[in-house]
Amino acid sequence: MAEYKWPDAEKRSLIGKRISRIDGPVKVSGRAKYSYDLKRPGVLYGKMLRCPYAHAKIVSIDISAAEKMPGVKAVRIIQDVGKEIKWAGDDVVGVAAIDESTAEDAVRAIKVQYEVLPHLVLDNDPKSAGENAKPVAATTLGDPAAAFAAADVVSSEGLYGNRVITHCCLESHGMTAEWTDANSLLVHPSTQNVSGTAAQMATPLEIPATNIKVHQDHIGGGFGSKFGPDSWGIESARLSKQAGGKPVKLFLERAAELMVAGARPSSYARVKVGAKKDGTLVAWESESWGTGGPGGGGSPPLPYIFNIPNQHKQHTAIANNIGPARAWRAPNHPQACLITMSALEDMAAQLNMSPLDFFLKNIDLTGPRAHIYRDELQIASDLIGWDKNWHPRGDKTAGPIKRGLGLSIHTWGGGGHPSDCDITIQPDGSVELKMGTQDLGVGTRTALAIVVADTLGLPLEAVKISIGDNSYPASGPSGGSTTIGGISASARRGAVDARDLIFAKAAPSLNAKPEELEAWGGVIHVKTDPNRSLTWAQACAKLGGMPITVRGKNPGPEKLNDQGVGGVQMADVSVDVETGVVKINKIVAVQDCGLIIDLKTAESQVYGALIMGVTYALYEEKVMDQQTGTMLNPNMEFYKLAGLGDIGELVVHMMTGKGYDERGPIGLGEPPTVSPGAVISNAVANAIGVRVGTLPLTPDQVLAALEKKGGSNASI
Amino acid sequence: MHHDGKNDDEKLNDQGTGFSRRDFLKVGGISLSVPLVMGARTVNVAGQDVKIYGPGKVHISLDINAKKYAAEVEPRVTLLDTLRNELELTGAKRVCDRASCGACTVIVDGKAVYSCTVLAIEAQNKKITTVEGLMDGEKLHPLQQAFIDNDGQQCGFCTPGFVVACKAFLDKHPHPTRAELGTGLGGNLCRCGTYMGIRAAVMQVSKGGQNG
Ligand code: FES
Ligand code: FES
Repeated sequence: MAEYKWPDAEKRSLIGKRISRIDGPVKVSGRAKYSYDLKRPGVLYGKMLRCPYAHAKIVSIDISAAEKMPGVKAVRIIQDVGKEIKWAGDDVVGVAAIDESTAEDAVRAIKVQYEVLPHLVLDNDPKSAGENAKPVAATTLGDPAAAFAAADVVSSEGLYGNRVITHCCLESHGMTAEWTDANSLLVHPSTQNVSGTAAQMATPLEIPATNIKVHQDHIGGGFGSKFGPDSWGIESARLSKQAGGKPVKLFLERAAELMVAGARPSSYARVKVGAKKDGTLVAWESESWGTGGPGGGGSPPLPYIFNIPNQHKQHTAIANNIGPARAWRAPNHPQACLITMSALEDMAAQLNMSPLDFFLKNIDLTGPRAHIYRDELQIASDLIGWDKNWHPRGDKTAGPIKRGLGLSIHTWGGGGHPSDCDITIQPDGSVELKMGTQDLGVGTRTALAIVVADTLGLPLEAVKISIGDNSYPASGPSGGSTTIGGISASARRGAVDARDLIFAKAAPSLNAKPEELEAWGGVIHVKTDPNRSLTWAQACAKLGGMPITVRGKNPGPEKLNDQGVGGVQMADVSVDVETGVVKINKIVAVQDCGLIIDLKTAESQVYGALIMGVTYALYEEKVMDQQTGTMLNPNMEFYKLAGLGDIGELVVHMMTGKGYDERGPIGLGEPPTVSPGAVISNAVANAIGVRVGTLPLTPDQVLAALEKKGGSNASI
Repeated sequence: MHHDGKNDDEKLNDQGTGFSRRDFLKVGGISLSVPLVMGARTVNVAGQDVKIYGPGKVHISLDINAKKYAAEVEPRVTLLDTLRNELELTGAKRVCDRASCGACTVIVDGKAVYSCTVLAIEAQNKKITTVEGLMDGEKLHPLQQAFIDNDGQQCGFCTPGFVVACKAFLDKHPHPTRAELGTGLGGNLCRCGTYMGIRAAVMQVSKGGQNG
């Protein structure tokens, strides 16, 4: 029986080491071709006329002038007269022309009249949202009223929130679509879902999914926003059809990217927390709301992680006229985390306790991972110097610069998505893995190469990895931190089976049974007598002229991945109480993710999550204007991302070894992105002695919070 | 080029050139200081004589990575779009398209510039280096190798712009401090959050003293 389980530490030649990504050279040299970079022969450029209103009905459309313009090859009405548009920036008419400028001119030549309808783009108050407010049934656990009323219970109240932010992928959404014959389509999209794209395009285009070929070599960011072809992707195919099948390349301009191609729902909550004077948490009450656009918004899991015994919760989803929400790294978790960890930190301050002691006191409420959090809290507090640097609320030192520490914990599921691969071994010993997956920049290619090479006892370079094409065995979409679990397990199973076939061929000439063999260092040898050996190439030559191909699958025999991780973060910030500017001094992330395949790219992913977290904690907001119904900052000067000078010192500690490795690889895309908002908010509160309730912690918010408290002096 | 869709009030004193306010803003606003060398015509705008190109395609030649390239582009087309759409040099990326992110960074006459904000016509007669020009044959530039060693990339979409910006920065500041790095490279943005690796890469090259 084949044995698939992950090798023990001393039997790993590559797994868990610090390995440079294998597609590094093509990326740093500019040779990597993203779908946005492709110029298919005879390409036409697609552009969209977008509705300028947040809510409107189309009254008339005149495309005649555009159709007549030289160089314009297709003009298509996407939403026709009578159609109700529900957010600004939605597609109305598509155009394809010989170059971008001509397509832009054509869009400008189209005349559309709208009947403007009332809109709501704000999300600050469910009471004034009228029928756009959709309350979700309240839930109660235990007896919160009695718990709050108990004699020895102190309560703390606050209002906390996260505004709507966008994905802002640097490679915008889009694709090039072309008809290779009347009934067959070839697309080069920017997608997190190579294997699942054809099925989503087949129905609207009325062709079999088998006739749709999808190829993508690299993707310039997705973060949860690129699982489908999108309305404009379908439209590229339709414009191409109208233009006689010529390739139509339609990628969103930056403004559209920020307006319509994804948003993370907002979430706000009025929270009351009750704890005994000794710090034992007993009660939670929250009234929360938020928006994710026309569909309302998800309900954050409150209270986050800490299963407080008595709870009362009420959530209201606000449906409004901003672009629709999409999954954004760890959907609903960063919001729930900010609200909960802020409320708990405020409670600790009220009790005059260090939040670290307060969290430890209640750590058993976190459930089965309590021991992981306990270990991680210890490591994080050592790395940030908690004992030395933490002080009670409000930095009492002189001068305008106040320093503070904050902490937070988080969790995520992960697991492994369904994934198939084919591993082919040629008689000359060369090896290729084919899988219809994608590498979002997390190192998927590299992880596949590591798993296969480690299993076959070969160097990394000996394995060719081919991904990004839907003619390869299907593999799941990259979302929910399920990719590494899925792809590593199917690659491992396929590689073990392939290796065992080679063992069977090699065994007779080594005078051994196949199960007595081992592959290590480019050689196949008898475990008990390493001198009886064949080189990999000699062993493969015994295939007798024909290659073998083995299918690896997930799920499959033996459990190779798991779900459920815990992480702890701590931040050290400085706040200038005269300007309101928050500066990151240091953030520490301690993260568990099961078995690490590549330590280098795993750490990178955590660093990246922290940096993305600094960005949403300090800068990001999709600013909507109720007057006009439009986004005020659909560009990168006012939709701000953190720069290289904004991130301070970042320290990442991965939990590895016994107790972690046995679980198999668990994804890292989501977990470390959850806590940064909460740790930074908590550190700011600790520094200035007052809570700035809502992210981003912009200077005006910080100054407003200080003023409410009675001026900066009152808290110093 | 037709401008049938435009209102009459958008037309300036166009002397029959089909020249509209919008195109004036696009061309004139960015390139009034450009030496106009080819096919320029004079138009009287608000009492001033202004030279314009186009609006049709004009022939341009560019000196990129020590090679001569020729293209036919409208005067309103940027250097970035010319590199990407006409010359298949797609290392420089179009992200914000308005001088905020640095993904399109190239070196022009020794200075890092945002190629999305330079017109192709104004980049003529200048020495342009793109990321494609940094390798020595098949050998990576030490800075590119340092990006790999320190994992200064994830999705990699910002990476070419960053590599070029770092190269220009190191040429001027061979031994930067952390603070200088923060300001000197603050004009490039990465969404995946690769700044730790980039910082380490620049420091590696700076220590090695081999940025050539
Ligand atoms: S694309 Fe040029 S700076 Fe962003
Ligand atoms: S690596 Fe993805 S944007 Fe920088």
